Amino acid sequence: MSNPDAGLAGLGVLAGLSAAHRDLVTRAAVAVRLGAGERLFREGTPAEGCWLIHSGCVALDLTVPGRGQVVVQTLGPGDVLGWSWLIPPYEWHFGAITTRETTAAKLDTGQLRRLASEDPQFGYALALTMFQACAQRLQATRARLLDLYRSPHDQY
Amino acid sequence: MTSTDAARAATAEPMLPVPYRVAGRAAETHDSVTLTLEPAATPLPPFQPGQFTMLAVPGIGEAAISVSGDPAARDGQLVQTIRAVGAVTQALCEAPPGRVIGVRGPFGTTWDLPSATGRDLVIVAGGVGLAPLRPVVLGALAARRSYRRVCLVAGARRPAEFLFRGELDAWSGRPDLEVELTIDQPAAGWDGQVGFVTEPLARLPIDPGRTIAFLCGPEPMIRFSAQVLLRRGVPAGDIRVSLERNMKCGVGLCGHCQLGPILVCRDGPVVAYPLAAPLLTIREL
Repeated sequence: MSNPDAGLAGLGVLAGLSAAHRDLVTRAAVAVRLGAGERLFREGTPAEGCWLIHSGCVALDLTVPGRGQVVVQTLGPGDVLGWSWLIPPYEWHFGAITTRETTAAKLDTGQLRRLASEDPQFGYALALTMFQACAQRLQATRARLLDLYRSPHDQY
Repeated sequence: MTSTDAARAATAEPMLPVPYRVAGRAAETHDSVTLTLEPAATPLPPFQPGQFTMLAVPGIGEAAISVSGDPAARDGQLVQTIRAVGAVTQALCEAPPGRVIGVRGPFGTTWDLPSATGRDLVIVAGGVGLAPLRPVVLGALAARRSYRRVCLVAGARRPAEFLFRGELDAWSGRPDLEVELTIDQPAAGWDGQVGFVTEPLARLPIDPGRTIAFLCGPEPMIRFSAQVLLRRGVPAGDIRVSLERNMKCGVGLCGHCQLGPILVCRDGPVVAYPLAAPLLTIREL
């Protein structure tokens, strides 16, 4: 672990926060370096932590009987990993595992939740930041649902 | 007749198919094939990246197909990648070496790669949209020092549905080309990215004032990708897109490919995004 300040400053996902609010997030962050194949969390376990990815790649996965661990999406530099800590029941809906060496700022989400409840303005700004990341992820997922590259001959 | 005379003769009769013989056939995916065509008589003029030809199978019909070959090649051959989606394209995909087919063209506007000299190139391809962008990649690599960063973001439904898979692997190993491949549908054995092309595109470091983007694929993919680039600050005028409509004559006479105020065969297929954007969301078009 090392000082994460420099890493957070350049992250576009936090661009919507005021300097004071960004400072609060920075104080809740530690820099982490993860090896390839390192599991961050599993589906159904308590959701603690949020990672702002600087480099590398993280796969979101879940167990499908007969198919093993199925990757539903990969995340990379600039992406937010983990928002289940923000909403009840505070459990991970998917698992996460690095697919190559990854660096990130890991946020102390217990601390962020406490700060958010003490300062609703910060809480709103933080929720908006997470919602923007969530909305972009949702839009990309919807685009995949369109199955745009299918052949006219392929059956739905 | 010199080759220049031949080229003039060919363009003088744009509605007359010129016989080409299938010299090579390479299966790309379960429904896509790349044909190498050699002239059986007078060759057509050289193509520019982004242009298309009309390929005719005697007794079946004619279809517009993008040229996917190396723009620097001057051997008179045409390389075209075809996806079997109808009777004509199915017949083209099944054409064995030696089969003679008719070719008209090349037609349409180009990606105008030389105008991007000194810029970063961001090339975004979805599915078979990689075919008309392959000449851009090859052209950029052939004049690599003319451009700053060259980035290719390509998406496919599944790993087996990437065109030019061997070439993509080779490109991925080049230090002077950034390649981001992503698939829409999770697949066993794939250890690369999973997500829509907009996701690696959104992660790409971009210098918006120095970027020229080239987009080709299904129109919603083009729209979504352009929106990401616009959000990143890339001016709309620096985004070029390739459009697809049902082209028949190829020279702006029949009107089959009309898209609002433009005829895609004549005014496209490559157009600047500000021209395309308002047309892509009109349901009747």
